[in-house]
Amino acid sequence: MGEHTDHDDDALIDRLQRGAFSYIEKYVNHENGLVADTSRDGSPCSIAVVGFALSCYPIAVENGWMTREAGAALTLTTLRFFEASPQSEQPDATGFKGFYYHFLDMKTGRRVWQCELSLIDTTLLLAGMLTAFSYFDGDGAEANIRELADALYRRVDWQWAQDGFETVAQGWKPECGFLHYGWEGYNEATILYILGLGSPTHPLAAKSFGGWTMTYQWENLLGSDVLYSGPLFTHLFSHAWIDFRGIRDDFMRRSGGDYFENTKATVALHREYAARNPNNYEGYGRDFWGITAGDGPGYRDMRVDGRDRRFFGYMSRGAPYGPDDGTIAPWAMLATLPFTRDAALSGTRHLLASYPQVCKEDRFASGFNLTLPGDDGEGWLSDGWYGLDQGLLVMMIENAKSGLNWKLLRGCPYVISGLKRAGFDGGWLSP
Amino acid sequence: MRSTNIAPQLDRDGRAALARRVRPEDWSNPRPREIYDLVVVGAGPAGMEAAQYARGLGLSVALVERNQLGGNSLNAGSIPSKTLIHSARLCAQIRDAAEFAVSSPAELKLDFTALKSRMMRVRARIAEYHAVDRLQHDGVEIFFGDAKFSGPITLSLGTTSLQFKKAIIATGARAHPPNFPGLDEVGYRTSTNIFDIPELPQRLAVIGGGPLGCELAQAFCRLGSRVTIIQNDPKFLPREERDAAELLSESMARDGVDIMLNTTVVGAHAESGTKFVDGQNYDKKVSVPADEILLSIGRLPNVENLDLKSAGVVCDDGGVKVDEFLRTANQDIYAAGDVCMSHKFTNVAWVSARMAVSNAFENKRTRHSEMMIPWCTYCEPEIAHVGMQVWDAHEKSIPVKTYTVMMQDVDRAIADGEDDGFVKIHVRDGTDKILGATIVATRASELINEMSVVMSTGIGLRDLARVIHTYPAQSEAIRLAALAYEKDNPGRD
Repeated sequence: MGEHTDHDDDALIDRLQRGAFSYIEKYVNHENGLVADTSRDGSPCSIAVVGFALSCYPIAVENGWMTREAGAALTLTTLRFFEASPQSEQPDATGFKGFYYHFLDMKTGRRVWQCELSLIDTTLLLAGMLTAFSYFDGDGAEANIRELADALYRRVDWQWAQDGFETVAQGWKPECGFLHYGWEGYNEATILYILGLGSPTHPLAAKSFGGWTMTYQWENLLGSDVLYSGPLFTHLFSHAWIDFRGIRDDFMRRSGGDYFENTKATVALHREYAARNPNNYEGYGRDFWGITAGDGPGYRDMRVDGRDRRFFGYMSRGAPYGPDDGTIAPWAMLATLPFTRDAALSGTRHLLASYPQVCKEDRFASGFNLTLPGDDGEGWLSDGWYGLDQGLLVMMIENAKSGLNWKLLRGCPYVISGLKRAGFDGGWLSP
Repeated sequence: MRSTNIAPQLDRDGRAALARRVRPEDWSNPRPREIYDLVVVGAGPAGMEAAQYARGLGLSVALVERNQLGGNSLNAGSIPSKTLIHSARLCAQIRDAAEFAVSSPAELKLDFTALKSRMMRVRARIAEYHAVDRLQHDGVEIFFGDAKFSGPITLSLGTTSLQFKKAIIATGARAHPPNFPGLDEVGYRTSTNIFDIPELPQRLAVIGGGPLGCELAQAFCRLGSRVTIIQNDPKFLPREERDAAELLSESMARDGVDIMLNTTVVGAHAESGTKFVDGQNYDKKVSVPADEILLSIGRLPNVENLDLKSAGVVCDDGGVKVDEFLRTANQDIYAAGDVCMSHKFTNVAWVSARMAVSNAFENKRTRHSEMMIPWCTYCEPEIAHVGMQVWDAHEKSIPVKTYTVMMQDVDRAIADGEDDGFVKIHVRDGTDKILGATIVATRASELINEMSVVMSTGIGLRDLARVIHTYPAQSEAIRLAALAYEKDNPGRD
């Protein structure tokens, strides 16, 4: 292949980061700031991808991929859209109670697919808004950005989202009310609780975080001590914005680790699982891992090489408990760059050298499965790209390079307040 | 599968043998004594255990039963379901035989009548150990009939009056009735009568994702029914941890069970001879066609028609209210088993029955909250647990760490092709004191007993690492967890 492997590490990282950001450039609607969920025709906007996009504009400015003025303008367009969009119980509104529907029409910004008002996706959008709030510190448009981001964050009614319970609901629909999918154990929601607890207007109850962490398990698993959560992305999302190095909540104080170290341990666990490869999937090894949420070959039962195999579509995959159908997310290894640089690069280089088809136009596909032979016999590969993968990768690479996103939210008063109300202390939170 | 034409005869023989043992047709109640040391109301697992244990102490004992000896465990629960599950497991093994280099027949045939006959014979055989004549031989005086309290130390059966120094209420529990419209009209089955169905249903809808619902959903699916299981919670088995419940979901889906989580049943109706269970999955309406509907939404304690009030016994929705020592509000009356315990398992019934007798007559003050109760859901893989869950430890502010071994890493499990699952052992962090364990494995119901023994005797995880296990064995997973502890804590304790 050569195209990527000719680069030294830093050049390769820069190129792949730039490639990932180009997704946002290509699939953003400049009229309203909405960004498509995927590159596929007719894809709606995912509000989470918008959150990642808002967090990537400062990175683009700092790296010289766009001017500060252009970054500010696109950010302001996005915030103005959300400020002006309808918030009501109407089924085709954009949001309600300050939260937003998961998927929106790219042009009108109205709810599509009768989707849910999503707490976690709204959180990721708000994290992007607070990134903009923290980065754009100038006058004029930048002052407007701060004012709008602040207002949009303040209007979110987190208490309503508790629905009378200790922990938060996962969503709401005008057709049926709150959705409780039964979050149990650690997952990507840490940032949700932190932003919810940090609200100066409608904060989550202080004990809500403790209610959620009550179901955590500190586990010695495949030789690693981890706060387990199966899908790799759950160990990355909150970390894209928040610098967890050296700060600890009550659970981590008792366990003697921190969430940053936990992600490092999780990478070790995923690599060990891939090396053991108990289900004998093609390709798996210490440099072929990254089991997480992503696209898959589709739901089907097949006999492959004398074994019954069950494949899945887009879903949240995990290790070692599963579900695992032999599909990895090719972007996931590089997204662990701030935690385990050697493992991230070793795996990414192996992937690019052996299976260059996973990275077209310098963007990684969402899913890759070597066990299921594709049309060309080189495994099944997801079509196009997913915005979440690209946005997360841009941010994680930047955090590894400069720590920009971490630094920005370390200065955000709402994040500091939320972390402290959740019981975090030590490290950079120390007075 | 081999078909048999002797099934009807075996069935008749089995029924006759069972009847002789659990309620003889020509039975006459004995003449009652003036007063009994102990009267036990209900002859399920708790009642029979209490009666036999009390006889062992030399007490005079009357055992009163409304229907048949054996209770739900023998007649409608544990034993019939495990017999069915065993046949279902065989079906699955035959289908998967090619994985083990053994060819399987092109078409798998099930003789459901023969299966039911076997179920009857198994019940009859087990009933022998608890039969009427055996209890009589032990000196237990058995009364069949509808009993109710007529005072604080008196029980009435029609015109017969039984006086007691102490009594134990062990009337058990029954399937929770439906609480949504239409089901009574279209007809449904519960654990009490699901095993009476004349033939294997083509389509079975199971309402409720607790242990029995999951066990039977998977078993009927493996026997050849098209099964849909409807659960109102986001996961099955609410008492179990996420990882266990999710493994079970995956396993059932692999077997072909249609799974509907987060779905509330709102009613049932019939159309053109087909039953439909109507449900609501948030904003989506679902309607599940079925030939049979199994309702498995919990159990209700049997406290009606006992006139508990006249004996001064108090009950609520959870059943007979007892203190830590299993005493009711009437200090001479105790309760045991499903009628008062939150864990409605046969092993809990046995232990609580002994505890009640012991507390009543041996001046013991044993607390039921201190029971260490292992339990198991008999799906494949089985899911077993003993002691604390992690959230129990968190609630009590006990620091907890879990040592986990995946069955995928256990030699025997790999060799057997039974490598789904895990062993998790929870210890008090910083020590080797075992707080609890969850095992998901093909034979978790057996493996968990090692953990029960270890915990009951206070053996720590470090000492467990030094216990020599047979090799290869699936229980190696327990040893590997202990070794992981030892590696994690060299030279401590």
